[in-house]
Formats: sequence, C-alpha cells, structure tokens
Amino acid sequence: MESLEEIKTRAEHAVSGAKLEIIPNLGPANQPSLLLDQTHASAIARFLRDDPTLRLDYCSNVTGVDWLDRTMKKKIKVKRMVEGEEKEVEETVEEFFPGYLEAVYHLYSMTHKHGPVVVRLRTDDRAEGALLPSLTPVWRSAEFQEREIYDLYGIHFDGHPDLRRILMWDEFTDFPMRKDYREPDDYEYEPTPHDDVLEKAKQHYAPRPAQDGAENIAPQT
Amino acid sequence: MMEGEMDEGLKGELQKQGIWVTSMQELYNWGRKNSIWPLQFGLACCAIEMIATAASRYDIARFGGEVFRPSPRQADLMIVAGTVTKKMAPQIVRLYNQMPDPKYVISMGACAISGGPFKQGYNVLKGIDRYIPVDVYIPGCPPRPEALLHAFMELQRKIDGQKLTGKGKAEFLKANTPSEFPVPEFGAHDLMPPANPDVFHPPAIERA
Repeated sequence: MESLEEIKTRAEHAVSGAKLEIIPNLGPANQPSLLLDQTHASAIARFLRDDPTLRLDYCSNVTGVDWLDRTMKKKIKVKRMVEGEEKEVEETVEEFFPGYLEAVYHLYSMTHKHGPVVVRLRTDDRAEGALLPSLTPVWRSAEFQEREIYDLYGIHFDGHPDLRRILMWDEFTDFPMRKDYREPDDYEYEPTPHDDVLEKAKQHYAPRPAQDGAENIAPQT
Repeated sequence: MMEGEMDEGLKGELQKQGIWVTSMQELYNWGRKNSIWPLQFGLACCAIEMIATAASRYDIARFGGEVFRPSPRQADLMIVAGTVTKKMAPQIVRLYNQMPDPKYVISMGACAISGGPFKQGYNVLKGIDRYIPVDVYIPGCPPRPEALLHAFMELQRKIDGQKLTGKGKAEFLKANTPSEFPVPEFGAHDLMPPANPDVFHPPAIERA
C-alpha cells in the first residue's frame, strides 16, 4: 500500500479545497493517521473508498476520543536586555490547547487485502451538540458505531440515518465516556477501597477531620 | 409439637404397618418443591452455566426443575443469571411482577448480587435485590453448575419449610404481602428510584 503522504497528496489533488493533515503517532505502534477537515470529509471518504488503487471498502472500527483542554509548559529562548547587554534568556511560556472530541475510523481494503488506514475527524469544541459529518453514507458499517459515539461522547453526526442512543436509555442525558463525566453518587461499602474508589468513598461520606486528618478530605461539592 | 402436626415416631410405626400418613401441608409442599419451573431467560455468562445445569451432564431434571418456561405466567422461579444493566432492570422487575404467586428468585453470580466486577461502573445495577426480594444468592463468577444445583436444593428446603396455616404462615399466603413491586423509571442520570426502600435493606455501615 502507498504511504500516508502519497495518499494525502493524491486525495488533496482529487478533492479540490480539501486540507488533510498527518497526525504522527510516536508510540511503539508508529501508526500515523489522516486528519480530515469537516467540510470535505465525506468527499475524501468517498475517494478513499472508490479510488482503484486504494479501495478502502471496509470500515472495521469507529471509536471516539475525548481530549480535554490542556496547557503545556514550553521553554523558549528570548533575547532580553540584561544589565545593559543583550542576552539569551530561557523563559517558560504556557500554551493553551482547547479540547475537542474526535472520531477515529479504521479502514481496510477487502479487494486489495491491505490496511489499516486510520482516519480522524475532530469537532470544533467539546460543547453540547458538537457536530461532525457522518460517514455512514460511505461505509454502512459505521452506523451503529457512530450511534455508540453519539451515545457515549455526545458527538452529533450530520447525515446519519438514525441517530439515537444505542446503549443507554433514551431519557439519559449524560455522556459517560467523556472524561469530565461524574456518575450519580451510589457508592456502596467496599472493604479495601483504593484509587478511584477511595476518592469516591471520601466524597460519599461526611468528612471526619479528627480521624482522617484535614488534608485527606476531598472538597465537598 | 405444633397443633396439626403428627408425632414422627408414630408416623414411622404406622408406615411399618403399611399405613402412610401425611398432612396436607406436607403433600402440597412436596409437590411444589419437586416441580419448580424456572423462567427461561439469561442475561450474561452465568446463563451459560445455567444452560449447562439444565443439560444432560448436570441435569436439573433430577430435581424437577427442567421445565424452563418462556412465559412468566407459567414460571415459579426466576433465576437472575448474569449482569443486570440499568437498561434491563425495569424489564426484570416487570417480568417478576407478571409471575404468579408463589414465586421465588435466585440471584446467580457476583453481578446479580452486587454488580460484581462492574460495581463501580455507570451502567450496571448494583444487585437485583434493590428492586425485588431474593430467596437464594449464589456467589461465583460465574458459579459452577453444582453451585446452582445447591441453590436449587436450598430453595427446595425453604419451600419444604413453608407453613400453610397458623402463625408462621408463608409470606405469599398473607393477603397484605405485596407480590408486585414498582418498576423503576429511566431517569436523566440514573434509574428512579435507584433502589426500592421497601425491598432493599443494606446493612448499616459503622465507620470505625
């Protein structure tokens, strides 16, 4: 199979105005992926499926990812006037990256027996009603999995034929796979709570500064 | 000796003479305990063990429980075999409500007892006893067929000990004992209510 760079240039050539980005993966898997822009996602998906040398006709897996807002501390060198002469000084700058939600598609070709090509779509923000174009019209197998992403992450897929909750009940209003999801407080006694469960236990019970020490008490919300 | 009960020694003596004496209650309970018809449904991996129990190797028919009924109207026993998700819980309670009295519940496996390995999750009910009364609990993940048979025999023992009249009369014979329980509603964040306080009595935890 051709490299991701070649796919990128050919796709950009085939779909005018489309802008793709290669997201590197620095982990041991070293599996980079293609980030599609929202407006041309469906046209590029069609190109990936129908192009005779690619023929990525099988979408094996669709999943969601939640990326929270984050700030990264970066050290940069700045020229400053120090004691009358110009010097290079290291300065720490905080860079803010706004959060977003992501849908990841894994594509294979049944015709040419190659793959996977990993394709990503990103929402503008993490707000309620974050929108992405649906790829179900291109790959029918994405239908249930896009519903699952809608159910658990709250991404709305524009153009999906039947977008409803699939695992949780219809009356449910939360999105449990989002990182800021807090489940209802139904903590039950555990003999040896640890990690997350210990945190839950502390939040569930009234604080006891005398026994536990004031620093062990989680703030009451 | 209770009123209406017969001396065991006299009974044995009569039996030696070829006279078999029994009481209505004994006969009735003997019939009931040897023809417990379970409701035919399974929820997760415990159901596979339940199927194995019903199949020829473990053969629940030896205890008269082989008639798995596909309708709650004909069932005496509900074996809650597997993980009860919050989405499934109202249907389980509804099925229980549709079973005729006397009815019994076996809570099979860690999930049906307490949520098991999924206890800390958001989508699994932390035990079916939050909504319906349970007669026998079987721990295990999943419990072996022998454990289910043991629970079945425990239930038979329980049925055998139920009295039809008098002061210690069985619960299901009392007119004011409820045989139906409210079906929980799907709420915005959780099932409403999260547990039925009339049924669910967890032990109070004393914090040392």
